[in-house]
Amino acid sequence: MNEFFIFFQTIIPELLQGTRVTLKIAGGALFIGFAVGLPTALIRVYGSPWLQLIVTGYINIFRGTPLLVQLFVVYYGLPDLGLTFSRLTAAYLTLGLNSSAYQAEYFRGAIQSVGEKQMVAARAIGMSRFKAIRYIILPQAFRLVMPSWSNEMISIIKYTAVVFLIAVPDLMGKAKMVSSRYFAPISTYIIVALIYLVIVGLATLILRYVGKRFETPGLESMETATR
Amino acid sequence: MIKFKGVNKWFGKLHVLRDIDLHVSPGEVVVVCGPSGSGKSTLIRCINRLEKFQKGELFVDGTPLHDHSTNLTKLRAEIGFVFQQFHLYPHMTALQNVALAPINVRKMKRADAEALAHEKLARVGLADKADAHPTQLSGGQQQRVAIARGLAMSPKIMLFDEPTSALDPEMIGEVLDVMVKLASEGMTMCVVTHEMGFARQVAHRVIFMDEGSLVETGKPHDFFANPQTDRAAQFISKILTH
Repeated sequence: MNEFFIFFQTIIPELLQGTRVTLKIAGGALFIGFAVGLPTALIRVYGSPWLQLIVTGYINIFRGTPLLVQLFVVYYGLPDLGLTFSRLTAAYLTLGLNSSAYQAEYFRGAIQSVGEKQMVAARAIGMSRFKAIRYIILPQAFRLVMPSWSNEMISIIKYTAVVFLIAVPDLMGKAKMVSSRYFAPISTYIIVALIYLVIVGLATLILRYVGKRFETPGLESMETATR
Repeated sequence: MIKFKGVNKWFGKLHVLRDIDLHVSPGEVVVVCGPSGSGKSTLIRCINRLEKFQKGELFVDGTPLHDHSTNLTKLRAEIGFVFQQFHLYPHMTALQNVALAPINVRKMKRADAEALAHEKLARVGLADKADAHPTQLSGGQQQRVAIARGLAMSPKIMLFDEPTSALDPEMIGEVLDVMVKLASEGMTMCVVTHEMGFARQVAHRVIFMDEGSLVETGKPHDFFANPQTDRAAQFISKILTH
């Protein structure tokens, strides 16, 4: 046990460096996913038919292919078309766009479960479509989307691990280096697993706190409503 | 105030409004009744263009609704609409529900809009419920908040689409009381309802619809005592005896 502790002390600084990269990629991907996914969802629900078709295609491509394949296409494939990205940019871009497709679907579901009648009520009192979405539909949709968005956050944190395959020095990448340097795969990966667990746990707690802050009587997420 | 001229509407092949001619004067209270599926809700939803119609002319306060260039958002701000199922915004308090449109549509200052909302809530007897969320209110209270929400826009016309049909019997009275008061203050109102007591007490005119047509129209007393058509007579006997 003592030996493990000393090993832990030896490798932890390097793993924490990797953790910082992992957190940055996860945060960036979730942000890109939100910034692209929300408008995508709005187009999916309120857009003209051909716009809907385009975003449905976009969503299906990203949800229907493996993340790793997407990463390789972006990093190794797109340079053939003259689009070259740095490793880190490729990581942000791939995970971000991938997440945007999932987030778009979660937001679409939430928007649709707010219901057409709320839109009618807002329109009937003289609010424009834009204002109705801004003040009536989205505030409710954000509350409803919390449980599935929380799942998406957890997924993205864990999926960042694939970026070590294009040699991004994230937590997983650092782990790979450390474990082969010290020939200690088991101890290393147990520590790495624990670090991921802590990140996911903290992130979930933060999100739950945010959810609680905005909780409204009658609009609890299903999870809390049935508890 | 409201003028229908030969208005026709189809849902696909279904002919839901047939050659509607109707004129509602300022300050008039009109009750629309008829069996379900007769087109009454569709009729009043045309007045603020929640429903489109395909043929005919409709003027509301001088604004032509058959004209596609009409600014519907502006028009709707002048017309209050009360739904059967209330449709309050569940993420907001009663006060916020009422103050939202004055702030965002009328561009009032928040403080002014909230003062106005307090006043309107007091008017429907809910001064003490300003901070309650819709789910914490009874159906009757929710519907009164919905009426206050409409009134906060100082509408020229109030439309009611079966405002008491979703309520428990003991809550119907409190909503009708508010509507009676509103009528006595001279509001122009079109009310789809089966509350014949309300019709008798405050309506200037009762309109009976069947299968998309305006079958009969008359003063409440005449309509109930002496319907001119068999269809109306049948309908009256049903709703009065059940």
